[in-house]
Amino acid sequence: MSQQRLQVVQNILSANEAIAETNRQILAKARLFSINLMASPGAGKTTLIERTVRGLSPRYRILVIEGDIATTLDAERAVAAGATAIQINTGGNCHLDAVMLNRALTQIDPGYFDLLIVENVGNLVCPASFDLGTSANVLVASVPEGHDKPHKYPSMYRGVDYVLLNKIDLLPYVDFDLDFFRKGLEALNPNVELRLISCRTGEGLSDWYQWLESKIEYHRSLD
Amino acid sequence: MHELAVTQNILDIVLEHARRAKATKISRIYLVIGELSSFVDESIQFYWDIIAKDTIAEHAQLDFQRVAASFECQECRTVYHLNKETIFCPNCASSRVKILTGEEFYVRAIDVET
Repeated sequence: MSQQRLQVVQNILSANEAIAETNRQILAKARLFSINLMASPGAGKTTLIERTVRGLSPRYRILVIEGDIATTLDAERAVAAGATAIQINTGGNCHLDAVMLNRALTQIDPGYFDLLIVENVGNLVCPASFDLGTSANVLVASVPEGHDKPHKYPSMYRGVDYVLLNKIDLLPYVDFDLDFFRKGLEALNPNVELRLISCRTGEGLSDWYQWLESKIEYHRSLD
Repeated sequence: MHELAVTQNILDIVLEHARRAKATKISRIYLVIGELSSFVDESIQFYWDIIAKDTIAEHAQLDFQRVAASFECQECRTVYHLNKETIFCPNCASSRVKILTGEEFYVRAIDVET
């Protein structure tokens, strides 16, 4: 019997990343633009989805995959707004992973849809670590959460392509330093796009819809 | 919460490397975990004792090398660590910063018996 040390140097999340890559290929083949929508609980993810579905359908066919710990409430809201929805109950898990998305994608024909919105579990920590293979990672932040969130959750703010700051109709009523928020975001993620919105008043949403439309059209035009 | 799935991944990785080396026992596992990776080593150790049972890694010691998050200011080149208030440079308050370390999350090596 002999002792020896084996060098490994392998990313612990490599299994998830391999399946995320499979998802990326499935979605590319379907020419389906897809977003992984992340946020803390109560930031307004589901309301944003309702608004977005109402804003873009019936011109675009929208599939919503809902990650929720136990209920189907969010999926029902997406369907009522005009989307097709698939519910993934994570059974207490704090995030979606690539395997869960992969299973959901096998239940439907992704080629039928123009936009896929994956609503991740409300959490600013865990979802950041698990790539799903979607085209873009989008974060919904909200004014009542406070302006320090990029500083406190750097991994989340670092890994996203697009940030929507929601509930800006509350800015006059709370101490939210927009400059501190914006600079924290830019420090972690210089190329990110930030849009200020209110799902309650509709302010800023037309920019968001235009961004989605341009991405949807671009993905549809790919060979 | 997600440390259970992560612990399973670690087990899969080390068993595969041990199998290739025809090892009969895994005695120690060296993990590198960055401060920004959001994984908690106590939880991984807790799950390990359950998940690795009846495998050749059953009694393996987990060795955690924690890597602190460090930043370099792109204006004045100050290198500093994460504090809980802000990620801006503590010297010149610049927001042009580069993350140097803290995002690591991998199995570095294993000690095995062959």
